[in-house]
Amino acid sequence: MSDFSVVSLAPLSVLLPILGAAIAFTLVRRPMSQIVVTLATMVITMALEIWMLVDVWINGGAEAVLLGGWEAPIAISLVVDRFSAIMLVVSSIVVLSVLLFASAQGLGDDEAPQQPVSIFHPTFLILTAGVSNAFLAGDLFNLYVGFEILLTASYVLLTIGGTGPRVRAGVTYVVVSVVSSVIFLVAIAMIYGATGTVNMADVAMKLGELDPDLQQLLHLMLLVGFGIKAAVFPLSFWLPDSYPTAPAPVTAVFAGLLTKVGVYAIVRTETLLFPGDRVNTLLLVISGLTMLVGILGALVQFDIKRVLSFTLVSHIGYMIFGVSVANQIGLTATVFYVVHHITIQTALFLVTGLIEYRTGTANIDRLGSMAKISPLVAVLFLIPALNLGGIPPFSGFLGKVGLIEGGVVNGTPLAWVMVAASVATSLLTLIVMMRIWTRVFWRPIEDSEDPAMRGMEEAKRAEANAKPLRTDSRGLVVPTIGLVTVGVALTFVAGPLFDFADEAANDMIHRTPYIEAVLGEEAAQQAQLEADVLEDWGISGSDGAGTQQGSEGGPVD
Amino acid sequence: MTIDAVLLLIMGVMFAAAVYLLMDRTLTRIMFGLMLFTNGVNLLIVIMAGPAGFPPIVTDGVADDEYFDPLPQALTLTSIVISFAITAFLLALIYRSWVLARRDEVQVDIEDIQVAEQPAYDAEDDAELTDEESEFLEDHEDPNIDYELTTQDDPTVRPHDPKEGDRR
Repeated sequence: MSDFSVVSLAPLSVLLPILGAAIAFTLVRRPMSQIVVTLATMVITMALEIWMLVDVWINGGAEAVLLGGWEAPIAISLVVDRFSAIMLVVSSIVVLSVLLFASAQGLGDDEAPQQPVSIFHPTFLILTAGVSNAFLAGDLFNLYVGFEILLTASYVLLTIGGTGPRVRAGVTYVVVSVVSSVIFLVAIAMIYGATGTVNMADVAMKLGELDPDLQQLLHLMLLVGFGIKAAVFPLSFWLPDSYPTAPAPVTAVFAGLLTKVGVYAIVRTETLLFPGDRVNTLLLVISGLTMLVGILGALVQFDIKRVLSFTLVSHIGYMIFGVSVANQIGLTATVFYVVHHITIQTALFLVTGLIEYRTGTANIDRLGSMAKISPLVAVLFLIPALNLGGIPPFSGFLGKVGLIEGGVVNGTPLAWVMVAASVATSLLTLIVMMRIWTRVFWRPIEDSEDPAMRGMEEAKRAEANAKPLRTDSRGLVVPTIGLVTVGVALTFVAGPLFDFADEAANDMIHRTPYIEAVLGEEAAQQAQLEADVLEDWGISGSDGAGTQQGSEGGPVD
Repeated sequence: MTIDAVLLLIMGVMFAAAVYLLMDRTLTRIMFGLMLFTNGVNLLIVIMAGPAGFPPIVTDGVADDEYFDPLPQALTLTSIVISFAITAFLLALIYRSWVLARRDEVQVDIEDIQVAEQPAYDAEDDAELTDEESEFLEDHEDPNIDYELTTQDDPTVRPHDPKEGDRR
């Protein structure tokens, strides 16, 4: 089996969840077996993806799977490189913990009748399939299909139960998402009209020959489409409006994954399709505005879920910042930051779910005494909150240092302004998190404006050492602990992870490993970037490092 | 590549009408707007395939310009299916919204208005807290116990005489 590579199993990470969903749909009347099937599917998928990551980590470079028995660029290609491999693994870790959380919530909970459990699990699997497909797609149209799969599943999950607020939020969300997809599709149609291909590697080679004005137009259309999905500032209005209404596990996975798929697509656009300095100034300004507007919005909210939705928007700005400074350290830090942020943001939403479980509300003005009611939840909140705020030992700090270093290396006055903005945003994030902490956890609940009944009762019982109304359900706490632990563990593996991210960034900047994987060596030689483009990225490109990158770590084939 | 001007014009009109409809507050119109929007882009993909009139089949001896590019047709078919499914879902959602709210309109987010209307003054944030004289004060001796009674005009805390068991 010397020529076997686990990457050839990549399509399974899309197929398995869909298959699992199909089986789960047939078990509509048996919630327990449905949960078992769903979890088993996710575990297998995750194992496969970890295997792929290990393979890519050791062998490096990128590998493509060509489907349908055609040669590239006609075949639909799925590409596994360092960036997509790590995204796949992180997303399935997050999905698995959220699924465990949701399964525990769906069973033996008085909110259960509101959630039709029978469609929740299969839809969740389809969402996962869409996310995996988007990360793997080596083809613009396949990327679009991946987006549609995950969006359609997300429409169902967001409006699950069909209550008033969810339907209201759902309508806005669906309309905005469809508009962004259509803009993306228009861009695909125009790219096809201009280059005659939708294969990303092939498009990347042919776009350079087009009229610069046309390139600019196509580039901006793609960015607008992805920008809406990633919730970048002027296009982010829909996110804090729609996310908070959904059930806690749904919001958690949306916040962790959906926007990051948009960020992933933006990173691919900026590195593979349109390398070099084209709209970096625009992106820099937008990233700064995203950070500041998002976090200022978070300051005035009084619902924890809404606060977290605004911090989510704000921190998308960091990732765009890392891309727009256009140097290797910036891109490295972006890869690291995406991994960090997916884990932390999801963990925070799950903890909000725990708070709601004990007190029945997530409104800051109605909460208090949480540290007394449940010290465990307090610890589980504090760790990711400090992490998000960028307190030193945690991964949020490391990611931000990398991003700021990228800004400093960039060195333009505008980049310095944005470095200042990112530091201010980090500080404001800390204020926002500590505002939740002091009010929800430290303040006696009697002092809150409109104390929640259940919270009052729980606080009273905690004071008197009496039996609480509800103990922290183990099924809910364990997945949350798991995710918080992963977030903390990112600090301990930060060294190797940063090296890995550095290589991922290097691959993406050179483009050649990706193009070589899809189209072969000859095309990759042609696609090699001019030395001055690479110098823009802060790499001395004259030594031909790009071609060696693909075969690094010994012969792959 | 030759492009059919009539189709292009139709597509332009569809997009224009779609954008106009999307601006409306009425849900049904928004849905019509989305339908026009998605079908406009389907048309665009077909236009991008070049002139019509040939079958999308390549056989031996067919010249380069004597067959139709099949890929855009496959893409259009996929996107028609997707837009159909989403339109159906949106229709169900709009119906549900009608059942719940009895209005064919984009509903207002109440919480958003609450946030916008909250006063700039927040007792917890803005009251001028009195310095505690000793960290060994008893609970009921907290000089800031009445901070909630502060107002924007007078943010200073004036505690009434502390009595036993103030807090409980």
